[in-house]
Amino acid sequence: MTMSLGPYTSFITTSYALVAIVVLLLILWIAADYRTQKARLRELEASGITRRSGRGATDF
Amino acid sequence: MTLIDLANPTRFLSLTARVLPWLAALTAILLAVGLYQSAMAPDDYQQGATVKIMFIHVPNAWLSMFVWGVMSIASLGTLVWRHPLADVAAKAAAPIGAAFTFLALVTGSLWGRPMWGTYWEWDARLTSVLILFLMYLGLIALWRAVDDPSRAARAAAVLTLVGAINLPIIKFSVDWWNTLHQGASVIRMGGPSMDRSFLIPLLVMAVAFSLLFVTLHLAAMRNEILRRRVRSLQMMQASRVTLANEVGAT
Repeated sequence: MTMSLGPYTSFITTSYALVAIVVLLLILWIAADYRTQKARLRELEASGITRRSGRGATDF
Repeated sequence: MTLIDLANPTRFLSLTARVLPWLAALTAILLAVGLYQSAMAPDDYQQGATVKIMFIHVPNAWLSMFVWGVMSIASLGTLVWRHPLADVAAKAAAPIGAAFTFLALVTGSLWGRPMWGTYWEWDARLTSVLILFLMYLGLIALWRAVDDPSRAARAAAVLTLVGAINLPIIKFSVDWWNTLHQGASVIRMGGPSMDRSFLIPLLVMAVAFSLLFVTLHLAAMRNEILRRRVRSLQMMQASRVTLANEVGAT
């Protein structure tokens, strides 16, 4: 079954594509930020800096 | 687990680690169902196939205001109750809210061109949403400009609460002024005026986008807590280096 979007196909497909791109960028940005923060915490722990509670900085 | 337990960032991180995969899966399923229903929805008798833009424009527009509402409640948490996660929640929500507002503006513009004959009109609804977008950017800039998170949090909380005045202006702009934008057709006195064939996909997409926000917000809050741990450990490291230098000098 094919879907016909009529004379305004470009407006509809551009809208959906833009939403997909922005949502994807948000997800990738948040995932990359998580990796960056975890890597920084591991580096600090490796250099002997620990939390006052004594627990690992990356422990949940 | 009670609400007060979540005030502890470590407990919050533990809960987030357990909940996030389920939330992400549920969001993906609902988005897939909503997109399928949107694709299968019939053309509108006046708007034709461009009505399909509504299924992504309206959830983004609702969320643009909802996220500011969440940030306003979090700001009260910062100023009144000094909840340790309140400013984390507000700061983490801002970029997500800005993205939803940007999408509401752009998809609205792309819907407006074929229906109104113009991409943009300086009317009350469009202008008030643009102001909301600029306020999101202003808040993000404020958080980045101030180094101390607690000082930035208080200033941002005041700005967020002042900015909340814009929410009823956006909502009622179509009633208070003459605008190109149509009036409310879902959340209105007397119930939705929309046919079920459009209403159901729209509501599914609205729930899916709301879940997307909750998922992204929890993940961004987790990142912000980790960022603050990094900052406090870096400060400990700097103070140790300073102390060692002072001992070495004497």
